[in-house]
Amino acid sequence: MTAGAREDVLARIRAAERGDSDDAGTAAAGYRQGGELSGSALLDRLAERLVDYRAKVRRVSAETLAAEVEAALAARGARRVVVPAGLEVPLPDSVAVTIDDGLSAAELDSFDGVITGAAAAIADTGTIILDGSAGQGRRAISLVPDYHLCIVPAEVVVELVPEAVAMLAAAASRPLTWISGPSATSDIELERVEGVHGPRTLEVMLLG
Amino acid sequence: MTAFLGMPAHAPRGVGHLRGEEPFPAAARRALNDAQLRRNLGKATSTIRAKRAAVVGELPDWEELRAAGRAIKADAMRNLDRYLLQLEAAVTERGGIVHWARDANEANAIVTSLVQAAGATEVVKVKSLATDEIGLNDALAAGGIAAYETDLAELIVQLGHDRPSHILVPAIHRNRAEIREIFLREMSDVDPGLTDDPAALAEAARRHLRRKFLSATVGISGVNFAVAETGTLCVLESEGNGRMCLTLPQTLITVMGIEKVIPTWADLGVFMQLLPRSSTGERMNPYTSMWTGVTAGDGPQAFHLVLLDNGRTAALADPVGREALHCIRCSACLNVCPVYERTGGHAYGSVYPGPIGAVLSPQLTGIQDNASLPYASSLCGACYDACPVKINIPSLLVHLRARHVEESGASVEALTMAAASWVMSSPRRFGRAQRAGRIYRPLGRRGGGLPPPLAAWTRSRDAPVPPARTFREWWRDEHGETP
Repeated sequence: MTAGAREDVLARIRAAERGDSDDAGTAAAGYRQGGELSGSALLDRLAERLVDYRAKVRRVSAETLAAEVEAALAARGARRVVVPAGLEVPLPDSVAVTIDDGLSAAELDSFDGVITGAAAAIADTGTIILDGSAGQGRRAISLVPDYHLCIVPAEVVVELVPEAVAMLAAAASRPLTWISGPSATSDIELERVEGVHGPRTLEVMLLG
Repeated sequence: MTAFLGMPAHAPRGVGHLRGEEPFPAAARRALNDAQLRRNLGKATSTIRAKRAAVVGELPDWEELRAAGRAIKADAMRNLDRYLLQLEAAVTERGGIVHWARDANEANAIVTSLVQAAGATEVVKVKSLATDEIGLNDALAAGGIAAYETDLAELIVQLGHDRPSHILVPAIHRNRAEIREIFLREMSDVDPGLTDDPAALAEAARRHLRRKFLSATVGISGVNFAVAETGTLCVLESEGNGRMCLTLPQTLITVMGIEKVIPTWADLGVFMQLLPRSSTGERMNPYTSMWTGVTAGDGPQAFHLVLLDNGRTAALADPVGREALHCIRCSACLNVCPVYERTGGHAYGSVYPGPIGAVLSPQLTGIQDNASLPYASSLCGACYDACPVKINIPSLLVHLRARHVEESGASVEALTMAAASWVMSSPRRFGRAQRAGRIYRPLGRRGGGLPPPLAAWTRSRDAPVPPARTFREWWRDEHGETP
């Protein structure tokens, strides 16, 4: 059916580009590659931007993490949660925890929530990024349950988008999910409404 | 197999949605009489304009980002063959299968046969302009496959047996009350007490599609960016329907216009800022999925990428017009356009409406098939200012108008101008013509226009009434000689 389509399309492109100058006109990289914020100011910016897009945010330390996780799950009323393998977070005994080992979508749909780590976070845009490595899991587990509790260590937080892209270069071939707030739509009169197909509640714990 | 003949290959007729059934002026006139449509559009576009302005204003380096976006796209178009081959190699190395399609018919046939080979009779779809462009849903239906649109706006369009009218929000022409009506009429599982609260409507869509997502075996998507360097594909979305379609099925088929390729991974640092702020007016869209071929144990284990030409190489062959291929489909130009705001998207007759559609559609189809679109603009320039990759849409419109005139052969206007040039190059001929023009004085007085075939010129312009006595006659009477 498409025998020769590849060659034809390439030949059309080459014919179209015949006569183009070789001048590459290299990309003007005058935009900001790095941010100016650090420390608590950086985390404050991330928290502010997350809240702006209707995520819940808790600031925690290594000491308070276990208690905060327990409190968050209790407040949510989550009794059964799924977690990825390799998640190094102390979990309360009051909650039934299942480690994902390839659960079906229907099984994932039966959990009250999911807890994951994160590979990166962008303060400027209020974005957390999961790369599927240990502690973050398959894409499906942070998608199907209606509540996502994400624990973001301070050391993965950057200020600007290009910093996060650079940081993720080594992970480029992994499946990446960029998350900025709970699922939302602006399809009705361009008004933003939170909560469609993805988790309707996103809670972020900034650790550090 | 057809041999490459060296002529621009346009998108074929009879398939897909790039051509309207009537010229823009006729369709626009009818749209202008629809007061509800104008209210819906006015409300939506003013909302999004304010949001976009606020988030663009936050970035001190917005202009530098625009310049970078433009330079990256220009480089991608200049070396398109090299980047596509690089992309193909990277996707293949990671377990994906790459297909090439010269046009809509080939792409539709490829996708249909892939779905059939997967043994599926249903597919879930992420909003994709490329698949709307080629009429994929119609082709799948002809092959016995039901395609379910999962983006809320696309769902509204599909359930309403309607056509998309905006790049970002295909159902922008519908207000909440109309959407409620459509859901009550078309969703078998809907709560009859459904209100027109947007949150309730979104909840209804969630319930309606949940089972489809959890059981679908084949997903179909488009793509926002494809990174040649790494083979990574990106889809930006808001609702999570994209993640569902890209993650849960066993087979994923992605249809990509060849102009979507970007050279390097680092380029995402530019476009992941330009696109969300320009399209939904958010600092970042809620969800972006990036995947590279197949990942064992995570997501679809069969991945097909269909690279689509369908007139893009014809646009590439115009060194000026190819700038339209830089478009990242944000829809900012629609939202600021005074023409779009009044006529809506349907009047443009193509899945690519508004200013960018007016320069893109005619190049994909050949100008004669969309001849009225380059004129569907007042050339005010708002689209150029809003474009995140600085596409100079007004100058492209003028360029395409010139091409249209050249490709149409001699027009009445051109013949008239040639005649005027001949007359004015001789004082004797000019004097005679001025006296002859006097016979039209009665017509001018009555407010009528010029007689055919010049009537088109005066339909929207006043023809000056020829004076009773010309300047040259006045001078001769006063001074007794001709100046």
